[in-house]
Amino acid sequence: MGPVLRTTLVRAVVVLLCFGLLAPIVIVAIASFSGDGYLKFPPESFSTRWYERFLGDARWRSAILNSLMIGVMTSILSTVIGFLAAYAMMRGEFRFKRLLLSLLLTPVIVPHVVTAVAVYFLSARFGLVGVRPWIAVAHTVVALPVVLVILQSALRTVDPALERAAMVCGCTRFGVFRRVVLPIALPGVVSATLFSFLTSFDELVISIFLAGIRSETLPVRIWNSLLLEVEPTIAAVSTLLIAVTVLILGLDALIRRIREGGSALPSS
Amino acid sequence: MPLGRLPAWLLLAPALLLLIGVFLVPIGWFLVASIMELGTPAEIWEEVDAVLFSGAVAGALINTNWIGLVVTLLVLVIGYPVSYALSRAKGVAFTLILLCIVLPYFTSTIVRTYAWMVLLGRNGLINQVLLGTGLISEPLNLLYNRTGVVIGMTYVLLPYMVLTLYAAMKAVDMRLLQAAEGMGATPLQVFLRVFAPLTLHGVIAGVLITFILAIGFFVTPALMGGPSDIMIAMLIEREVELTQNWPAAAIMTVVLLTVTLILYGLYSRFSGALEGGAKP
Repeated sequence: MGPVLRTTLVRAVVVLLCFGLLAPIVIVAIASFSGDGYLKFPPESFSTRWYERFLGDARWRSAILNSLMIGVMTSILSTVIGFLAAYAMMRGEFRFKRLLLSLLLTPVIVPHVVTAVAVYFLSARFGLVGVRPWIAVAHTVVALPVVLVILQSALRTVDPALERAAMVCGCTRFGVFRRVVLPIALPGVVSATLFSFLTSFDELVISIFLAGIRSETLPVRIWNSLLLEVEPTIAAVSTLLIAVTVLILGLDALIRRIREGGSALPSS
Repeated sequence: MPLGRLPAWLLLAPALLLLIGVFLVPIGWFLVASIMELGTPAEIWEEVDAVLFSGAVAGALINTNWIGLVVTLLVLVIGYPVSYALSRAKGVAFTLILLCIVLPYFTSTIVRTYAWMVLLGRNGLINQVLLGTGLISEPLNLLYNRTGVVIGMTYVLLPYMVLTLYAAMKAVDMRLLQAAEGMGATPLQVFLRVFAPLTLHGVIAGVLITFILAIGFFVTPALMGGPSDIMIAMLIEREVELTQNWPAAAIMTVVLLTVTLILYGLYSRFSGALEGGAKP
């Protein structure tokens, strides 16, 4: 095989695989605008009927609201907690640092079913099933590792010498934090907020157990209706979730372009 | 600027409290309380024996391992060339390939699963195309069976493998490959004797992370599988939601958790070289 042929072959395979990775998501988004009775691709006619049905349903609307509220609470909580922890990890000198970090990251590795069942076990006893702030707290457990990884790389861009200089010039420790560390790490903080929101907004397994009937989130509603049938309304809901992902990835890319900082993406 | 001992722990306190209060304690409590409920050690052992060697659980354990292995292998075979391309691409090509991996990666698992349910259904796109081209005369059963589960899980887990492999491949010094080529190695030899060994730790880390995530999977097999594709995580959910059989759920959780943590320990050894490559 000549080198030209080989390169072409490798390229063709990669293009095909990349297409395959993107295609299912794009197809759902296009099919959601179908005007047909069931999901056909390509659609024979276009309409927004599935969106009308989605947004016209009070249960779907309340699911949107639940998802938004829980997502915002999760992102604030995990970014604040994660920022303090990441800063301590970066500047603090203490024993068991590596062990502590891997402990803080374990919620990603432990199957979500295990976390969900265990938290549900306690929640059921204390009447916490269906309580939105509590669901946000549980989501924070799985969002925290995401935040920590993003903020650790963001805080790496803060030069300790700058902090020392501010200290020498009479700035208090809190002042250094607010005037030096936070502004420099800001792009990373915004990224962390965005991705922790997304983690919560997309989370399903923990929500299935904790949502109860009162606080169904969008993924839980999708799950419950998919157990019954694969109906086209879900395509519209899915497209909304995809749009939120695209929006957040876009915002993150924008922030990184404006100011080079840490990010969740491996390109940084 | 080194912090004193006290402030560091003070800053870490909220994170630790959360981890202990909403993760470690609930898991410990759930396992201990549910298993203690069974009575004396002899009675506990009897129940463990009854649960683990019952047809349903044994079958689910076999399914879990089998599906996990097949999916991991597929993900590796598909992920390797994509990671390679990503690690060597520049400019627009890099951004495009990255987008194809990152967009699915950050899209909800349930949405990705639904997308494949739409594609693989009896009236789905794949059957429509195959029927249209005359390759088949009646629709294939691609959904609600093992094929569906494997396709769905492979799709969902692919980005984890690609991102892990990417970190290892990016670190390979291209000059080594050029040197080998310069000394007369064929492209196959360059790959087998230079590139593959240098990225082996990435492959092992990727295989471990994919398998760890696969055996804990619940959403995709529950929606895309049939009655004979029950995996252990689904069984745990059923024991809790349907029959409220906490002891049985706890025993299965111990098995799943033990395997997961052992493999994670192994993973940590191999991923040391690729800091943060596994999961953003």
